[in-house]
Amino acid sequence: MSRPKNQNYKCHGSSKGKEREQRASIRFKTTLMNTLTDVLRNRPGWVEVKDEGEWDFYWCDVSWLRENFDHTYMDDHVRINHFRNHYELTRKNYMVKNLKRFRRQLEREAGKLEAAKCDFFPKTFEMPCEYHLFVEEFRKHPGITWIMKPVARSQGKGIFLFRRLKDIMDWRKGTAGKKFASLEAQPARAPTATVNPSGTHDTRSSDDQKDELPVENYVAQRYIENPYLIGGRKFDLRVYVLVMSYLPLRAWLYRDGFARFSNTRFTLTSIDDQYVHLTNVAVQKTSPDYHPKKGCKWMLQRFRQYLASKHSPQAVEALFSEIDNIFIKSLQSVQKVIISDKHCFELYGYDILIDQDLKPWLLEVNASPSLTASSQEDYELKTCLLEDTLHVVDMEARLTGKEKRVGGFDLMWNDGPVSREEGAPDLPGMGNFVTNTHLGCVNDRKNQLQQLFRSLQVQKKASS
Amino acid sequence: MLQEESDLSLIIAQIVQKLKGSSLYAQLERQAWASLQRPEIRLESLKEDIKEFFKISGWEKKLQNAVYSELNVYPLPSHPAAPPEHLKEPLVYMRKAQGSWEKRILKSLNSMCTELSIPLARKRPVGQQKELLNKWNEMGTDEPDLSLFRPVYAPKDFLEVLINLRNPNYENGDSLSFRTHLGLIQVPLKVKDIPELKECFVELGLNTGQLGIDDSTQVPPELFENEHVRIGQKVLAEQDSAAAQQYIRQGSPTALRAELWALILNISSQPEDILYYEQLKTNVIQHDLLVDSLIYKDVKLTASNDDYYFVFEDYLYQVLLCFSRDTSVLGHFAYNSASPPKSYIRGKLGLEEYAVFYPPNGVIPFHGFSMYVAPLCFLYHEPYKLYQTFREMYVRFFFRLHSISSHPSGIVSLCLLFETLLQTYLPQLFYHLREIGAQPLRISFKWMVRAFSGYLATDQLLLLWDRILGYNSLEILAVLAAAVFAFRAVNLMEVTSLAAAEFLLIFLL
Repeated sequence: MSRPKNQNYKCHGSSKGKEREQRASIRFKTTLMNTLTDVLRNRPGWVEVKDEGEWDFYWCDVSWLRENFDHTYMDDHVRINHFRNHYELTRKNYMVKNLKRFRRQLEREAGKLEAAKCDFFPKTFEMPCEYHLFVEEFRKHPGITWIMKPVARSQGKGIFLFRRLKDIMDWRKGTAGKKFASLEAQPARAPTATVNPSGTHDTRSSDDQKDELPVENYVAQRYIENPYLIGGRKFDLRVYVLVMSYLPLRAWLYRDGFARFSNTRFTLTSIDDQYVHLTNVAVQKTSPDYHPKKGCKWMLQRFRQYLASKHSPQAVEALFSEIDNIFIKSLQSVQKVIISDKHCFELYGYDILIDQDLKPWLLEVNASPSLTASSQEDYELKTCLLEDTLHVVDMEARLTGKEKRVGGFDLMWNDGPVSREEGAPDLPGMGNFVTNTHLGCVNDRKNQLQQLFRSLQVQKKASS
Repeated sequence: MLQEESDLSLIIAQIVQKLKGSSLYAQLERQAWASLQRPEIRLESLKEDIKEFFKISGWEKKLQNAVYSELNVYPLPSHPAAPPEHLKEPLVYMRKAQGSWEKRILKSLNSMCTELSIPLARKRPVGQQKELLNKWNEMGTDEPDLSLFRPVYAPKDFLEVLINLRNPNYENGDSLSFRTHLGLIQVPLKVKDIPELKECFVELGLNTGQLGIDDSTQVPPELFENEHVRIGQKVLAEQDSAAAQQYIRQGSPTALRAELWALILNISSQPEDILYYEQLKTNVIQHDLLVDSLIYKDVKLTASNDDYYFVFEDYLYQVLLCFSRDTSVLGHFAYNSASPPKSYIRGKLGLEEYAVFYPPNGVIPFHGFSMYVAPLCFLYHEPYKLYQTFREMYVRFFFRLHSISSHPSGIVSLCLLFETLLQTYLPQLFYHLREIGAQPLRISFKWMVRAFSGYLATDQLLLLWDRILGYNSLEILAVLAAAVFAFRAVNLMEVTSLAAAEFLLIFLL
């Protein structure tokens, strides 16, 4: 039942009833055609609505969000899969800014050691506005490799490596460069995007420039030259984090994920070979070496087992807890700027790179991680991931809200760290505190879900 | 009594003979000489003092490990007058069968050679040598045209040979009787039955803790895991091969496995070992062998297509190419029923002075051979360590999986053990599968030939191979194969064709 506020507003969902009331059927909408549609269609009690129909649940893409979110009224129970200004976390330049600001705040409040925990992001400079700062840093470390990435593109498009300023001179001659040249003519000044007092960014401001050329912002980032190699190949990790709210911060970590291998052997001698350095499956698919049958992914369990046979258990534990730290700090850094809307949740795909000293680095955060499956194994992973996401979102109002684990998701942060022990107080100061994360560990989600729903049913019967 | 004593002295003499040629002997000698400087060594009691010194400094342990290793690998001489063929294989008909199988393989190899007009071996031109050297760490990027090469044989070809094995002294008569084997293998070898297996594999009993089962998430680690890990660390500290072998019967903790295997196989990476590997690498670079293409093809077809092992493709080339040049492997043919194929320099056919073993290590790879190496890549990072471990595993265990012999760990015995177990304890299932034309051995043969590599998840496979090392026997492969059938018995009773049975079991593993 919809109730238009005015001609421009679209309404979704029924207005009657309490928020946590169970619905007879849940109307969903999605534009994607992949594992997601399979999962949604197979979910009992969920019906698909198309085109202009009203929905209770929408898995939208970010362009729809940008255009329509502000004009859409949603009832209390309605859920949508993005936060309005998720780009604060997912656009590389904004994320850097937010992280830098958060780090300064941490240093003021808790000292240098605590702030150093934010040093998981390689030194990054926004281009073209921070060009002069970049050149300063560049000159301090001659000979190291840098990587240039477009801020908003995905799947490895537009990325290249360089070692000499001369290399980016050539790039500057391209479209991006023309704007660049005009900026360079002016003395170094404040960033192009206007920063609001609250710290958020206004995306529209980048259009308000004197030049008419559409500017594509880039970031120049220090390239990690000593990645951890397996079989001589470079890889990165894709990990899934589900954020149910920012205020308070509630985040879940999925146990499964995968390591994506570059198809060719790692060497620093050929930085032109993007196939060597870029591990996105999309890029690898175009490499002449690519054989689709074999794929180039390892499930995280295999990766964790491999590490366990090469390094001490303590070293492996330390690595994984540093990875947990990346998630928490990155989310905390945007906690206050993201518009926390109870209708919103978001499934992020984190890209993590490990170096030879077993230090994890954050490459980027994706608000729309690919849900297309590249193999049978991949299909199963993504199907289970999405099923469990829907369990946590809980449109069916089955959960009590006190669960620490739902299927393959472990509650990683609940306005504070979450302890692994059942019923233990979540106090990190205590000696026995072990965080409730199991990345790369056994995922017996079917059993767990069975037990969970069975006990929930029992509880419900008892209380009714 | 006297016989035993003379047997023992014979064994001791043999082992001493073997060890005299090893680097350990040279090291011990050096150490003994150096120890003369020490104050505690006195001239009057020289022998005792040096022995004491060896004990304290750990050299005695090293010697013990070497002796233990020799005992494990080399079969005990059955009779002083027995000819060397008996050490390879005591039964004449088995030797004959192996001989004719080898002839077939060699014929196949030679005909491929003639068809494609490629020499069995040739020296690489200098330019190509340089190229290969540059590409040594990434040979997987090479995409040579391998379409014309075929693997020399596949496990199923070998199975056909085994099925046709007959003991000429054993007259079965044409009519079926209770003596007739219902399975595919028709030779009367002695295999263990369950009570004997239980006795032999006593550490795998239900009352003993096992890694892989008793360390799962539901079980509190205090019950078994913690103590087991602690003992493992102690064993490593003591550097005792025999203790390690006993320990590993209950499985090895992931973090300790690489070291434990090295200890059990008595592999220590000395500088001379690294040099030896480098020498093999040079041989590969200088000469191009036909088998190299076979190795390439095998890796591309099997390991590269595997979800787990594709990452290690380059390591596989580095190990297998060097392996084929390693003449020290020829030593294992003393106790292997197989013999290395001989080839002759062009134009000198039949002249013994111009005979060479081909390939230099005498082992012709077959389809799936690279899967013996792939799981080891999980444990060892340096190519020479990986190489040494693989070579040792091959000359102790893997060779038995593709040569015809009567040894209890030989593939023939394993097949018979598998079939016997199934027939005895799951007769209904066995009969049903036989009726629908799905003889169980046709399905499980490939598992056993590859020691389950590629058919089990790596962590489980390594736990299985722990037990192979621990018991110094491959019988566990047959027991596992039978257990898999027992586990899926209910589903298997419902299938109606061989293909359906295969399909069912693919998803099992």
